[in-house]
Amino acid sequence: MATEIDERAARKAAITKFEAERPRIEFGSAWEYSPAPEAADIVRIQKRENLFIDGKFVPARSGRVFETINPPTAEVLSEVAEGGAADIDAAVRAAEEAHRKRWSKLKPAERGKYIYRLARLMQEKSRELAVLETINGGKPIKESRDVDVPLAIAHFFYHAGWADKLEYAFPRHRVSSIGVCGQIIPWNFPLLMAAWKIAPALAAGNTVVLKPAETTPLTSLALARICQEADLPPGVVNIVPGAGETGAQLVNHPRVRKVAFTGSTDVGKLIQRAIAGSGKRLSLELGGKAANIVFEDAAIDQAVEGIVNGIYFNQGHVCCAGSRLLVQESVAEKVIQKLKLRIETLRVGDPMDKNTDVGAINSRMQLDRIRELVACGVEEGARLHQSSCAIPAKGFFFPPTFFSEVAQSHRIAREEIFGPVLAVMTFRTPDEAVEKANNIPYGLSAGVWTDKGSKVFQITAKMRAGVVWANTFNKFDPASPFGGYKESGFGREGGVHGLRAYVELS
Amino acid sequence: MSTITSLFDLSRVPPVDQVGIDERSAGLARRSIKKEAKRAGIRLAISMLDLTTLEGKDSEGKVRQLCRKAIRPFPEDATVPHVAAICVYPNFVAIAKDALAGSGVKVASVATGFPAGQVPLPVKLDDTRRAVNAGADEIDMVIDRGAFLSGEYDRVVDEILAVKEACGAAHLKVILETGELETYDNVRRASDLAMAAGADFIKTSTGKVTPAATAPVVLVMLEAIRDHYLATGRRVGMKPAGGIKTSKQALHLLVLVKETLGDAWLTPDLFRIGASTLANDLLMQLAKESSGRYQNEDYFTKD
Amino acid sequence: MSRSRATKGSETAAVRRGQLNRETGNDGLGIRKTYKLYVGGEFIRTESGRADPVEAARGGFLANISRGSRKDLREAVRKARAAQPAWAARSAYNKGQILYRMAEMLEGRVDGFEKLLRDSRGSTAAAARREVRASIDRFVHYAGWSDKFTALLGTVNPVASSYFDFSVPEPMGVVGIVAPNAPDLLGLVTHLAPVLVAGNTAVVLVSEKHPLASLELAEVLATSDLPGGVANLISGRREELVPHLARHMDVQAIADAGGDPGVSKLLAQDAAVNVKRVRRYDLRDYESDDAQGLDFIEAFVEIKTTWHPIGV
Repeated sequence: MATEIDERAARKAAITKFEAERPRIEFGSAWEYSPAPEAADIVRIQKRENLFIDGKFVPARSGRVFETINPPTAEVLSEVAEGGAADIDAAVRAAEEAHRKRWSKLKPAERGKYIYRLARLMQEKSRELAVLETINGGKPIKESRDVDVPLAIAHFFYHAGWADKLEYAFPRHRVSSIGVCGQIIPWNFPLLMAAWKIAPALAAGNTVVLKPAETTPLTSLALARICQEADLPPGVVNIVPGAGETGAQLVNHPRVRKVAFTGSTDVGKLIQRAIAGSGKRLSLELGGKAANIVFEDAAIDQAVEGIVNGIYFNQGHVCCAGSRLLVQESVAEKVIQKLKLRIETLRVGDPMDKNTDVGAINSRMQLDRIRELVACGVEEGARLHQSSCAIPAKGFFFPPTFFSEVAQSHRIAREEIFGPVLAVMTFRTPDEAVEKANNIPYGLSAGVWTDKGSKVFQITAKMRAGVVWANTFNKFDPASPFGGYKESGFGREGGVHGLRAYVELS
Repeated sequence: MSTITSLFDLSRVPPVDQVGIDERSAGLARRSIKKEAKRAGIRLAISMLDLTTLEGKDSEGKVRQLCRKAIRPFPEDATVPHVAAICVYPNFVAIAKDALAGSGVKVASVATGFPAGQVPLPVKLDDTRRAVNAGADEIDMVIDRGAFLSGEYDRVVDEILAVKEACGAAHLKVILETGELETYDNVRRASDLAMAAGADFIKTSTGKVTPAATAPVVLVMLEAIRDHYLATGRRVGMKPAGGIKTSKQALHLLVLVKETLGDAWLTPDLFRIGASTLANDLLMQLAKESSGRYQNEDYFTKD
Repeated sequence: MSRSRATKGSETAAVRRGQLNRETGNDGLGIRKTYKLYVGGEFIRTESGRADPVEAARGGFLANISRGSRKDLREAVRKARAAQPAWAARSAYNKGQILYRMAEMLEGRVDGFEKLLRDSRGSTAAAARREVRASIDRFVHYAGWSDKFTALLGTVNPVASSYFDFSVPEPMGVVGIVAPNAPDLLGLVTHLAPVLVAGNTAVVLVSEKHPLASLELAEVLATSDLPGGVANLISGRREELVPHLARHMDVQAIADAGGDPGVSKLLAQDAAVNVKRVRRYDLRDYESDDAQGLDFIEAFVEIKTTWHPIGV
């Protein structure tokens, strides 16, 4: 008995000693990167931004304005006109008239050329658009420069080519446009989401009224200027900034024939309910709580990169973020160790610095929600790990965070946090992994990491999610359909399948 | 059958995803290294250089000139550090040793039938011993890629063990010749194997085969070194060599080291860059940084 | 006992009185059949213990049907959910074989179905015959789609990076079907077959006005190798059942061919509780070739996109 206790004590002491002497990797200041700020003077933000209706910038008939800020500094960038009922009505009517008189009558190939023109103009202003996106949204310039803007441009290029080929996409059908599309987009990828919405709509011969998110209207309005510069017929694209109320007016406008919404599941359900029975077409791209499944035979270092990209890309403000990590027990310790190391090298700070990996949280409200859920995770007994990186004192920032020892029942494992916070859980067998991954009302995306080909095919097939990344994560392409299962919405964006949401077939 | 072979457990070598490594490496290549970071990085890179000449036409004169460059790479600026080592064929070890006496610059010698390694083991060992006896501080050996690629890992391990023994106090760098191994999986496997067999450094290439020290290959090897350290507590050094010609490449390599292995490896004791023409590009960039003017190569000595 | 030679009029009157066996025309006491629900591969009475009489088209009692309850519906969804993964996992070839088997089993009972349509809906002999033929053909049509639609709805996507990227259709899960009141048989087959061939399982609210042929079809389904629970048929009252179907959290989609705009609107509103996919159908001519095809399958598949790196 006594020996047994002695042995146990000795083992415990040995473990403690091992922990204390455990090799450690320090990411310190032996060689520091100097600040590398992107020049902001390429953009000139107007003190007052108006609505873009019928090809012209006009003040809101509502008379209301709201301020839009630079999230890391909270500096007011501009006063933006807020669309009211009369503005929405004017925009929808302009779009309807443009559809009837111009856009639907244009030869499809000519329509395509307009869209190509938009793409080219965006390309020529790519630096300006990237800077503007970062200033208004808080995302790292590295991402707006290398991801958001190039992908937005690619969406226009891709869809331009579809304009005169729709019959090939839908054989045995007569293809026609739907009419006015009311489109509502979120603040996490403002320009990219505008591109995802506008490009396919225009290619299929529709006209649009787009409502950008309340906090990030500036790149949509820059796109409006590009539409003007491209001599796009007035009314084909209308941009009406505003908040939820403006969105509701757009959705409920009787002359809107098609509604496309990207945002929260709660609002998506309200919209689905609101337009029930109206005959309006609807596509929804809603929330997610994607699982990233790491099997023991995975390329662990690349899996860790994928995990990091999955949850810290764009501060975790990504509907398809890999916010749950399911790791096989046999490699859990190793993965967590590597993840802890890896988040130490993430650089949090000034979004305009070219070396920043994690930028500013988009708004005070969002930051509060992240803090609340992280506090909840601690309270529920999960183990908190946070990067020790320096966080700017001013502005909305949150360090890269993950929780280990999380249970399926924890709030942090079920609710969409929409921030740089990952919940790590473990599993033992493939069936358990699949069950846990699917055990959520969402179904937007999933990640699977294994070096075994046959396992890739079986596990990806079992994921109830619209986009499954195997041995990678958060990849996007205009040729690749994106969209959800279950409460993550319906309809696809991108690829042939994405076109379906914008055509009338007979 | 060596005893170490059983320590090298092939099943524990993790797979490497090519696209994932390429993307990570490309991501780190986009780090913006400007101003003070650039100046400090260039100085650091110079201090990590293994200034190399490995040619059939190498002569005493060539080696002595190179040694002068090694000691004072930039005569106009005394603050520029000396390089880490001179890397030569065994025939020139004694000459280099003499030329570098008291400078702090080490002498590295390739050995073991460099670059192909296709000579009998006794010849390899003899080659090694002679270089060490002539004063080499470091031995850069090549592995038997033929044996490695045909799965004879024991043989590769045994050779490294034997060469290591022959090195005595000299540091052993094990050249994998990654260009011939072709896949990242092989690079990772060879890295783990070399470290298990006692390599002090692992090195990408001989410089005689392309591709040589590509950034993703270096990253694969750095990750292997990190995992070896975390598992054993032993710090193995890294030496990319071959095809590194520009300051931009060198700074990218430093970024890879900084963000994979951290501060401890940002020293010539654990990171070297094997190159022959890189030195001048580093010096030109340094001059550009201090003067603000783009440079002409005739203002820098070709040795 | 001699075979009755009663006139048509008096026969109808006798049937109405329940005195005459309408099948044989015998004078013996008729057997009043109560059609049961088809749930989980079994014929069950409603748990609610309720039945409704169904009148013949020309008046008079024809049969009793179970008036399905919300609990029957819940049970049907449970069975459909349980059956779905295994059904989806069957090979396309096998699913096609089973659908073809349905056609075969229906073919073997043509006369009975024609009579049922004549009696229950008052279809002319020619119309009843056409509808049954069309129903058989529709099963055959979708049997053939089984191993083809994936190739037509799937794509390989040429992304601008080193990835193999492809999109394939997958089943949505459990699909609710609100079948049209008429044509009850062909309408049911038209909406059920594409849902099944896509790998979904179905919970069907059969025609409220003319449920008999649909319930009779359950016997075809039960004998055609279709695994229990894949198709579940509930008879009863729409206003009672539709809201529960529309709000059921374990139903992923609804094919709404009920034809009542008021009910459809409520259904569409309720469907938002779990972001159900609702496809409303208002087909003018169920016998037309326009009432079948790939579009009917496409409406009940999800598109999944998979990315995988290309490397060594």
